[in-house]
Amino acid sequence: MSEGETPIAAAVPPAEVPPLVRVSDLRKVFDVSASALERMMSGAPRRLVTAVDHVTFEIGRGETFALVGESGSGKSTVARMVVGLLERSAGRVTIDGTAVDDPATPRAERQALRRKIQMIFQDPYASLNPRWTVGRIVAEPVVTFGVLTDSRAIERRVGELLALVGLAPADRVKYPHQFSGGQRQRIAIARALSAEPAFIVCDEPTSALDVSVQAQILNLMADLQDRLGLTYLFISHNLAVVRHMADRIGVLYLGRLVEVRPARALFDDPRHPYTRMLIEAVPDLEAPSVVRDPARGEIPNPIDPPTGCHFHPRCPHVVERCRREVPALLDGVACHRVADGSI
Amino acid sequence: MTDSVLSVRDLVIEFATRRGPLRAIDGISFDIAKGEVLGVVGESGAGKSLTGTAVIGLVEPPGRIASGEIRLAGRRIDNLPRDEMRKVRGKQIGMIFQDPLTSLDPLMKIGDQLIETIRTHAAMTWAQARDRAVFLLEEVGIPAAAERLMAHPHEFSGGMRQRVVIALALAAGPDVVVADEPTTALDVSVQAQIIALLRRLTRDHGMAVMLITHDMGVIAQIADRVAVMYAGRIVEIGPVREVIGRPHHPYTAGLMGSIPSLRSDHARLRQIPGSMPRLDAIPQGCAFNPRCDRVLDRCRVERPQLASFDRTAAACFDPILGHDAEVRA
Repeated sequence: MSEGETPIAAAVPPAEVPPLVRVSDLRKVFDVSASALERMMSGAPRRLVTAVDHVTFEIGRGETFALVGESGSGKSTVARMVVGLLERSAGRVTIDGTAVDDPATPRAERQALRRKIQMIFQDPYASLNPRWTVGRIVAEPVVTFGVLTDSRAIERRVGELLALVGLAPADRVKYPHQFSGGQRQRIAIARALSAEPAFIVCDEPTSALDVSVQAQILNLMADLQDRLGLTYLFISHNLAVVRHMADRIGVLYLGRLVEVRPARALFDDPRHPYTRMLIEAVPDLEAPSVVRDPARGEIPNPIDPPTGCHFHPRCPHVVERCRREVPALLDGVACHRVADGSI
Repeated sequence: MTDSVLSVRDLVIEFATRRGPLRAIDGISFDIAKGEVLGVVGESGAGKSLTGTAVIGLVEPPGRIASGEIRLAGRRIDNLPRDEMRKVRGKQIGMIFQDPLTSLDPLMKIGDQLIETIRTHAAMTWAQARDRAVFLLEEVGIPAAAERLMAHPHEFSGGMRQRVVIALALAAGPDVVVADEPTTALDVSVQAQIIALLRRLTRDHGMAVMLITHDMGVIAQIADRVAVMYAGRIVEIGPVREVIGRPHHPYTAGLMGSIPSLRSDHARLRQIPGSMPRLDAIPQGCAFNPRCDRVLDRCRVERPQLASFDRTAAACFDPILGHDAEVRA
């Protein structure tokens, strides 16, 4: 758990217009203690896991911001809190300047805001109701948010949406099991688009797909962004996919952002030692069988994270200060050694 | 190949269904030499894992090997009785699976598992087997190996667990190791460590390795040769650099083009339309023909056989040759 100073916004998008999405000081603490009774019997203390720790970033209109990290980095937890599927322990998420779940915001306004945010999940087999027709799945947000009420108009809209994602309007009478994984992800995208959102959170949208199908979905998502001016928060563990899709990238390690920079700069000149290690570890197709120094160690257990900079036990550049002090995010990098210019 | 340790010839695997047999593996052949890593790559449903299952003799009904043969060091193993095959498996063939917990007994200390495996296949006293277990754990990079013998699988991290599985696969000094997606469940930084470990062990022990994976990046890092599978057939096979750098089969080329690269910006990815056919709907002729942008009339009726181009072989009537081979440039 972190004490002291909060690393604040080093993650400013290049655009002059105000960002669409602002996430500030986001935090999530999970209680993983044994039951109260067991704790009482054994005298064991409460155990808390800080899954997301003071995460701050902004996303400009029409921009793709990616969060990348290995398992346990907290990337999916951030995604879930941003869309409101998971309660925040602390922090603020605003879309277009309005707080997503601020009780002070009028109900109607919050409802309108909800409509602007949609989510696409990793597993296209689990995220679609198997008992519903594709038409009903895609129409649900249209009906729920009252975008359209006339059933003819809804049917026409569903047909348009299916065509938009590369399916046939006639597919609306079929059920999810009649489609392949890639086609199901297209259905999920059509459903997300049906509420006419401005902002889509994509949590590992292609991780369950084969590469040739992944290419279809990534191309489709890029096309839709161009056509509809969508803003994406893109969550992935796959660095090549992130490199391909993102304008800016945030690298998460054990719940903290360690580097936030434009995609090209991050890959051409990674600065945080963890980012460097991560990029170095990706198998390179263009330079096969180059003997490289494999990364050291594994991600520690988040229940008992290292003190100071979480990465210090694996870092080749570690100094005493790293063990004590949490580095703040300065110029997009949270590293004492980078900050003092020694690496 | 004269020094081939594992040799698969015209293997056909069928599944019995009410509507008749479905052919999941349709006549594949390959060899793996001592000290060589053959990567078997393909998308879901290509039949790569099933091929590995056949090599370790674990094809279960309704599946069966309908024809063809599998030889290990010259001896035919596809028609061995169960008990006989069980001895071959473990002693001569080591196995590594995607999920380390498939191979490890959660209730048993890893030392006991290793010692039991070692003593099943070699005449050793308990003390000798224990020393060998410590040696194996050290060899796969487990710190404080002697103490870790007493630990249960859940006390290890994912990467360490996969190292234990590799130690277990090596326990009897096998001739061949079949590794099915050994790094798929691991984070990328740990994956790099396991790849480096597998490469070193292959070199030091001179085993033949059949590495099954969907990840071309892993193949590029570790394999000497690669076989690309599509709908139960090998469509291209050859040295890994040749196949990746100058693919001849349009499917291989499409697959390579659809992989996002760390160096590419927002360039559009090459995409292959459609998806892998289901077993009950494999097209006539070349199984890839409905998705192929080079399709000829002939491809729809006649099945192409593997033919050699330079050092690779591809099953295609209109392979990508010469200057148009620079698809990935």
